[in-house]
Amino acid sequence: MSATGEPEMPLLDVQDISRSFGSTRALIGASLLIEPGEIVALMGANGAGKSTLVKILSGVQAPDSGTILLKGQPFAPQSPAEAVKLGIVTVHQSTDVVGIPGLTVADALLLHHYVDGRQRFFLSAKSVRREAAHILQEAGFHLPLDRDFADLGAADRQIVAIARALADKAELLILDEPTASLSTQEAERLYGILLGLKARGIAILYISHRTADLAALADRVVILRGGRNVGSFNRPIDFSAALETMIGRPLNTARPDRRAQFGATVVNLQGVRLLAKSKPFDLTVREGEVVAITGVLGAGKSRLLSTLFGVGQFAGGKAVLEGKPYAPKSPAEAIAAGVALVAEDRHRSALMPADWPGESVAATISLPHLKRWYPSGFLFSDAEKTRAIAAISRLGIKAAGADASVWSLSGGNQQKAVIARWEVEKSRLLLLDEPFQGVDVGARQDIVTTIRSHANRATLIATSDYEEAQEVADRILLIDQHTLIELTPTAVSADHQEEFA
Amino acid sequence: MTTVNDISKDTLHQGADSRNTASFVRETVRRGAVFILLAGLIIIFSLAQPAFININNLMSILQAVAVVAIIGAGVTVTLAIGGFDLSAGAVAASSVMASSYAMIVLGLNAYQTVPLVLAFGALVGLANAFLIVKLKVPDLLATLSMMFLLSGLQLIPTAGRSISVGLILPNGSTATGRYDPLFLTIGRSSLFGFIPFPVILLMIVGVILFVLTERTRLGRLLFAVGGNEVATRLAGANTAKIKTFAYVLSGTLAAFGGIIVAARVGRGDVSSGASLLMDSVAASLIGFAVLGLRRPNVLGTITGAVFVGILLNGLTMLNAPYYTQDFVKGFVLVGALALTYGVSRART
Repeated sequence: MSATGEPEMPLLDVQDISRSFGSTRALIGASLLIEPGEIVALMGANGAGKSTLVKILSGVQAPDSGTILLKGQPFAPQSPAEAVKLGIVTVHQSTDVVGIPGLTVADALLLHHYVDGRQRFFLSAKSVRREAAHILQEAGFHLPLDRDFADLGAADRQIVAIARALADKAELLILDEPTASLSTQEAERLYGILLGLKARGIAILYISHRTADLAALADRVVILRGGRNVGSFNRPIDFSAALETMIGRPLNTARPDRRAQFGATVVNLQGVRLLAKSKPFDLTVREGEVVAITGVLGAGKSRLLSTLFGVGQFAGGKAVLEGKPYAPKSPAEAIAAGVALVAEDRHRSALMPADWPGESVAATISLPHLKRWYPSGFLFSDAEKTRAIAAISRLGIKAAGADASVWSLSGGNQQKAVIARWEVEKSRLLLLDEPFQGVDVGARQDIVTTIRSHANRATLIATSDYEEAQEVADRILLIDQHTLIELTPTAVSADHQEEFA
Repeated sequence: MTTVNDISKDTLHQGADSRNTASFVRETVRRGAVFILLAGLIIIFSLAQPAFININNLMSILQAVAVVAIIGAGVTVTLAIGGFDLSAGAVAASSVMASSYAMIVLGLNAYQTVPLVLAFGALVGLANAFLIVKLKVPDLLATLSMMFLLSGLQLIPTAGRSISVGLILPNGSTATGRYDPLFLTIGRSSLFGFIPFPVILLMIVGVILFVLTERTRLGRLLFAVGGNEVATRLAGANTAKIKTFAYVLSGTLAAFGGIIVAARVGRGDVSSGASLLMDSVAASLIGFAVLGLRRPNVLGTITGAVFVGILLNGLTMLNAPYYTQDFVKGFVLVGALALTYGVSRART
C-alpha cells in the first residue's frame, strides 16, 4: 500500500480522540491512520474539526480522551516544539511568518536553529550560507539563498517552510491549505515536491478543499463532519461523493443557468493599461452580467479591481461608468459613483478585530452605510440591526444573531457577512476579489446564489480558480501579465468578440 | 447612568454565551473588578479614617482628578484610532503658560484667553496630525517630539521664568496685566457651594465624549480606523480626516485641562503639568480594565482617574508619605493591565 513498505506498523495511529471547548464538541471519537510515505487528505467543512485535529497533532492542544500512537509509541506532545522533535511538523497556511523581511532566505532556513541553539552564537555570512545550502541540498530544492525573504513568492515561502521541516527530520508533514495562495503553476511545482517527499517515505497529512490538489496528490481522503469521521475514500477518489459526504447533502452540480440577455452597459474600459508597460485592453460589463476574471497570482486581477475602486489609477486609457467618464481617486468616490468592492483577504480588508467596537455582524455590514442609515449621526436606532437580520436570513448566514461577533462565525459565514455589506445597498458595479477564499463548499454555493441573484447590477469577479469562475460567471476572461488576453466562450454572442483589441 | 448599565448588559450577554459557570464568574469578576476594588477602597478608607467619606473630601478628590480625566479622555480618543498622543501633557502645561501669558503680558480677558488657548491646543493637534497623517511619522515618535518641542517652547517667551503678576519680561519691562477674575472662577468656583466647577466641566466633557465615542457614527469610525484602517478606507471613509479629528480633539481637551489648572493656581508655573501626561495616560490604560473591555473607552478612563485619585487621597489621609504616590499609581496600572489581559487569556 505505501510506497516504501513497513506495512506492519502505521506511522501515526489516532484512535478515538475527542476534544470539547466548553459545550462545543470539536472532535467526537475521531480516528486517523497514516502509513509512512502516504499522502492522506483531510477534508471537512469549516467547523468540522480539521483544525482541532491538526492542533492536537502539532502539540498546540491536548485531546480530552483517546490515544495517539506514533510508530507504536504513545504520542502526547506538550508543545509544538516537542511534536517537531518527535517528527511531526506542521506547515501553516500563512507563509509570511516563515521568515523575516529584511533577512535573507538563508536566514529564514536557519531560523529554527537560531532559536533552539543548534546554531553557534556567533554567525558569519559564510557559515549561515553554507548550512542553509546544506539544508536545501538535503531537501533537494533550489532557492536563491541571498535574496531578501520579502522578495519570495508564496510558493517559495512554502518551500522554505518545507525545507526547514525536513531539516527537523520530519516523518509526518502536516500541510494546512498550502495551495490557497498559489497560482496553478506554483501549485504544480509544489505537487512535484510533495510527491518527491512521498517517494522518500515521508508521510503527509494534507488539508485542502481543492479537488485539483487532492486528485494530484492524495492516496486517501478522510472526511470529518461535526467532529466525527464520516467517510474515507481511496484512490481513485470519487470527488462528488467525497464532497457530498463532507457537506452532508447532495451537491447541486448543475451550474446556474447562464444568462445571455443583459441590460445596458454599466462599465466600459477602453484601451486601459494597468501598468505603464502592459498591453492595453478593453472590457465591457453589462447590467445583470456576472463576469469572472481568472489568472495566476500577480497577473493583475486585484490591481484591475482595486483600480476600479479608486485605489490607484490606470496607467492609460479611459473608463466609462454609466456613460460618464469614471476615474475615482478614492474608495469614497468609487462608492459614491455606485461601485462596491468585496476585497481579497477579508481579515485584512474588511473585519474589525475581536472585542473591538464594530466587530458584530450588524456593524460589519453597516460600516460603509453608516451615513445613510444614521443620518442624525447618533447610533440610537436599530437601523443596522434590522438590516443585518434581513441579510442573515437572505444569505443564510449562520450566526447567533445580528449582535454576534463576526469572529464567532466560520470562515464561509464571515465571507457572507462581508458580501452582505456590499450587497445590502444598491450598487451599479459590484467587484469581488477572490470571494471564495477560505470558504467551504456549502457556503460557496450560497455565495454563488447571492451573487447571481442580482440582475440589476454588473458584477466583476476575480478568482485564480477556474472552477470557481465557471461556477459563478456568465462570461470568463483570462488575465495574463496585466492584460486581458482571452475569452472563453461560455455564453457566446457576437458582440463579445469586439471587446478584444 | 443608564448607558453604563446598557454596556455591562451587552457584554455580560456575550459572557453568558461562554459556556460554563466558572468562566461566567471569572468574566463577571473581570468586568466588574475595578468597581469592586473601588467600593472596597472606599469602605476601607472610610472605616480607617471617617473624614474620608466627608462630601467635601470626596469633591476635592474629584476636583483633583478632573484635569487628568479630561486630558485622559482626549488621549483615549487617540488610542481609539490606533494612535497615541504623548504630547497631551505638554500641551496642557504650555496651555497653563499660554493662559497666564495672554492675561498677564498681553492683558487679554477671559473671553479672549479661553478661545485663544483652546485654538492653540487644536493647532498642536493639527500639527501632530500633519506629521502622522501626511508625513507618515509613527504616532509615538511624532507626539513625543511634539512634547519636547512644546516643553521647550513654553519657556521662550518669558526666558524660562514662571508667569505671575508683575512679571519682568526679557526686555526689562514689567508686565502690567493680571488674571481676569472671571477666568479664575473656572477653577475656583463651585456649584451649590460643594460641587467644584472643574468637576462639572469633567461631567460635561465625560458625557459628550462618552456619547461621541460609543453612540455616534463618528465614534464607530474612530474605532474602525484603530481596529482596521485598511477596511475603513475601503468602506469609503476618509481615514486621514478621522485621524486628524482625533488629534485635534486630544489637543483641544489637553488645552482645556491646562486652562483649568491655570484657573486653579492663578499663575503660570514652568513646572506645572509635569505629571499630567503620565497620569492621564495611566488613566486611559487603567480604563482598559474597566468593564473588562480591553480597549480604550472614555468611561473607563474617567473611572481610572477617579480610582487613582481615591487611592492617593485615602493613602495620604492614612499618612502614607507623598513620595510613594508614583509607586502607587504604577502599581495600580500594572495590576489593572495584568487583570485585563491575564485573566482574559483563559477565555480562548
